[in-house]
Amino acid sequence: MSNWADICSIDEILPNMGRCALVDGEQVAIFRVKTIGQDIDDQFYAVNNFCPFSDANIISRGIVGSISDQVVVASPLYKQRFDLATGQCIEDESISLKTYPVRIAGDKIQLAA
Amino acid sequence: MSTVSNIVVIGNGPVGHKFLESLVESGKAADYNVVVFGEEPRPAYDRVHLTAWFETRDAADINMVKPGFYQDNGFVLHTHDKVVAIDRNKRTVTSEKGVTVAYDKIILATGSYPFVPPVPGHDRENVFVYRTIEDLEAITAAAEKGKTGAVIGGGLLGLEAAKALKDLDLQTHVVEFAPRLMAVQVDDGGGKMLRHKIEDLGVAVHTQKNTKSITDGESAVHKMSFADGEELEIDIIVFSAGIRPRDELAKSSDLAMGERGGIVINNSCQTSDDDIYAIGEVALWDNKIFGLIAPGNAMAQAACDHLTATGSSEFAGADMSTKLKLMGVDVASIGDAHGNTPDSRSYTYVNDRDEVYKKIVVSGDDKYLLGAVLIGDASEYGTLLQYMLNKMELPAEPEGMILPQTDGAATGLGVDALPDTAQLCSCLNVTKGDIVDAVACGATNMGDIKESTKAATGCGGCSALVTQVLNSELEKLGVEVNTDLCEHFAYTRQDLYNIIRVENIRTFDELLEKHGKGLGCEICKPTAGSLLASCWNDYILKDNLQSLQDTNDYFMGNMQKDGTYSVVPRVAGGEITPEKLIVLGEVAKEYDLYTKITGGQRIDLFGARSEQLPAIWKTLIDAGFETGHAYGKSLRTVKSCVGSTWCRYGVQDSMGMSLILENRYKGLRSPHKLKMAVSGCTRECAEAQSKDVGVIATENGWNMYVCGNGGMKPRHADLFASDLDDETLLKYIDRFFMFYVRTGDRLQRTSVWMDNMEGGLDYLKSVIIDDKLGVCAELEAEMEHVVDTYQCEWKTTIEDSEKVKRFEHFVNSDAVDDNVKFEREREQIRPVSKSIEFVEVS
Ligand code: SRM
Ligand SMILES: Cc1cc2nc3c(=O)[nH]c(=O)nc-3n(C[C@H](O)[C@H](O)[C@H](O)COP(=O)(O)OP(=O)(O)OC[C@H]3O[C@@H](n4cnc5c(N)ncnc54)[C@H](O)[C@@H]3O)c2cc1C
Ligand code: SF4
Ligand code: FES
Repeated sequence: MSNWADICSIDEILPNMGRCALVDGEQVAIFRVKTIGQDIDDQFYAVNNFCPFSDANIISRGIVGSISDQVVVASPLYKQRFDLATGQCIEDESISLKTYPVRIAGDKIQLAA
Repeated sequence: MSTVSNIVVIGNGPVGHKFLESLVESGKAADYNVVVFGEEPRPAYDRVHLTAWFETRDAADINMVKPGFYQDNGFVLHTHDKVVAIDRNKRTVTSEKGVTVAYDKIILATGSYPFVPPVPGHDRENVFVYRTIEDLEAITAAAEKGKTGAVIGGGLLGLEAAKALKDLDLQTHVVEFAPRLMAVQVDDGGGKMLRHKIEDLGVAVHTQKNTKSITDGESAVHKMSFADGEELEIDIIVFSAGIRPRDELAKSSDLAMGERGGIVINNSCQTSDDDIYAIGEVALWDNKIFGLIAPGNAMAQAACDHLTATGSSEFAGADMSTKLKLMGVDVASIGDAHGNTPDSRSYTYVNDRDEVYKKIVVSGDDKYLLGAVLIGDASEYGTLLQYMLNKMELPAEPEGMILPQTDGAATGLGVDALPDTAQLCSCLNVTKGDIVDAVACGATNMGDIKESTKAATGCGGCSALVTQVLNSELEKLGVEVNTDLCEHFAYTRQDLYNIIRVENIRTFDELLEKHGKGLGCEICKPTAGSLLASCWNDYILKDNLQSLQDTNDYFMGNMQKDGTYSVVPRVAGGEITPEKLIVLGEVAKEYDLYTKITGGQRIDLFGARSEQLPAIWKTLIDAGFETGHAYGKSLRTVKSCVGSTWCRYGVQDSMGMSLILENRYKGLRSPHKLKMAVSGCTRECAEAQSKDVGVIATENGWNMYVCGNGGMKPRHADLFASDLDDETLLKYIDRFFMFYVRTGDRLQRTSVWMDNMEGGLDYLKSVIIDDKLGVCAELEAEMEHVVDTYQCEWKTTIEDSEKVKRFEHFVNSDAVDDNVKFEREREQIRPVSKSIEFVEVS
């Protein structure tokens, strides 16, 4: 569990955007979230890249946003939103995305493999 | 009913037609043999909108008869055949062409004719009246040869005719016998203001002028000589000196008539012969002739109800309040405009700077409104009319109803005080109750209301009031009329546009920090991205802009159901060289892309993985293609026809114009996508009237149409301006698009924008043609900026290796997405079929 793997450097994911990584054959969407106007570090989230509504690997290409304090991503095809911290779908209680531990080490983004 | 009885309708004008429609609606049409005679060469057309004929010079545009109306209902129509006799003993009707039919009931709907005073010379050539399409055709033909025109009569119709002469490029005069214009409806003070307004249109006004004779002119066709000794040399004369009922048939068949003409009717619209009804402008009720359409329609309904015994409506008189429908001139008159009621009081507001005159006439105790005159600003027309019609009690200080509001206080009691029976739209007879019901059934905007109730689709005079009722009902239903874009911005799209412009905001971060909260979302981010692009037109994948883009804009292709993208290069106007066609074929073959000709006259290549896009586009750009913006809320295509270059009917180079337009507006980001088309002649092969902006060639230039739509809810485009030269056409389109960019809602096509616009087409014309808001120079400059800063965003992207990297599916691997799988069908790829169930959100 404490097997952290380097994925890419921080700069390869731009603020408030996502990229997809291949980790042990699984597609993981990693997001870097920057809170504007506040002096806090960028937050990183990782969820499964597979959108269960469209059966396509596209979550990383969604728009990042917030609903009150929840940080969410909207699937780019049919626009269902998912809580990035928990993977829970906002529109459908029975659906959630798998989440992955993610951390920063130096200038690298790491996922637990 | 066992025996089918015969109805003969004499006169096929708007009111005669309304009777036929009522008959169909009553469900009883099949019980009768209906024969209709009309003297004019064509079936009923909308005389109220006669002047609109000039816009297209096509009678079809004001036709009132739905296709198949006569055939489907078994009605027999004799056009161009006047009834010359009614034999009440034999119970037959005989026409000029010798047709004789038996009747059980007759509907006389023969209308009226323009009165021409017996001035010597009134029968000279080049002297006209203004009543039928043939009249307008003759006036148009004469105007081509003449320079000047005069209308004799400064009433409602006379002014409309004068504006028409002016629009035919004649130096125009109005000659009025009375001391002021619209003497019947308007008082002295109002008349003065109205005169200024008409003069501002470029029309010369002569009052207190009694025309004594018309003779040969020296410098023009005619010389008009007036009683005061003055003279006017003029080429074309139009009489508009009042109307007279066409009651000759009634006279010859001995029906009771009024002293000064008109066929006497009772409340069921029966004449002195129970089997003969008279309706419309020929009918005399309570010694009055009603020269307006609404009372005519009410008579038609009453006659139909009585004849078929299916309803109980009676004609009970009608209100003669009116609003002038001249572009740019607000004039309205309500009830007792002159204060003739004994003991009445009046209040007047005059503002010389803005040329506004308003007067209300109230009862001696200040309680009830009796009449009003509004010149220059008729926005209170609807409200005041309701106060009078419904005898509603006025506020304590009634003058507040017409005084400008400085402290934001509401005028009067507001729409809530209106009873449900109050008729808001007299043209289409829609009551407040109808609007309330429509809202209860789910209508949430003016577009819905127009569709479900037809309110505000006639003269449009009621639209402000209908909007107020709509909003107030929505509020009551707890439908919060929340126009906030989303939880992050308590602003509308329009507000944000203004903020971005005024504060010169260049990034979303700045906008959010100053005016929003939270992180933003999939609604406000693309909206802001679009607004920033409309204003500043920076490269959309600039570092601080790219996170705003929807995936389609980010990958500059439309994401398909399996996560792949489509590739649509621009093929401006649908014109493409064989070399370029070959390149498209080669690219499609190399990457094995599904290839299809689109509905927009270009070629779509489907099934490209994101990592393939940069290489595909590099090949295309090297071959001279550029992005087609098939993904953006921006200009899609300008559909074209070959036009005069090849087509035997073409009258202008439609192909050339479509290229100019597509190259000018490509890349413009807007509230929703934009589509255009250019046709080379009226055959309209490019289907321009279904586009946001359509252009159709004429002998003299271009006709411009706006706010058409295909898609989910088709809408025919409205004619906006005629016979434009190239330069004016571009100017108007620049202004039109930029005004839409400024004021449209997010994802609102121009069609819906128009349907919800207060004042509708006329308002839009006043903004774009007459520059009523004084913004046209700004709009043009803003468009110029967008045109000057155009770049092909795919070209910029492939030249930037950092950007190109981001198209790789994985950030940490060269592998491809193994979930994308194709099978083959009709020799091309298609996504592997799987049954997916999806919930569509917003
Ligand atoms: C490819 C094409 C169909 C085809 O196979 O021919 C097409 C395909 C799509 N149309 Fe369309 N439309 C295409 C012509 C049309 C037309 C016909 C036309 O333009 O002459 C219409 C009706 C005309 C109109 O828009 O007024 C049309 C009305 C729509 C609508 C409904 C718009 C509306 O106002 O009701 C949508 C949905 C939307 O935009 O919200 C839509 C949306 C779409 C989208 C973008 C849906 C999406 O978001 O994925 C499709 C993506 C295409 C792609 O991946 O490239 N498409 N679509 C046509 C592309 C034309 C082009 O060269 O750019
Ligand atoms: C330029 C213009 C603008 C107007 N603007 C407005 C407005 O803004 N608001 C408004 O309320 N009203 C307006 N009006 C008035 C409105 O058009 C009339 O009230 C309406 O047309 C009356 O309809 P009708 O059917 O009674 O008569 P008409 O329209 O006159 O129709 C009667 C028809 O019967 C035919 N006919 C007559 N005798 C015979 C016969 N013996 N045999 C066969 N056919 C016969 C005539 O040729 C005619 O076609 C306007 C009128 C004009 C001319
Ligand atoms: S619209 Fe007219 S000019 Fe164009 S192709 Fe059709 S017929 Fe020819
Ligand atoms: S009153 Fe004329 S459209 Fe409603």
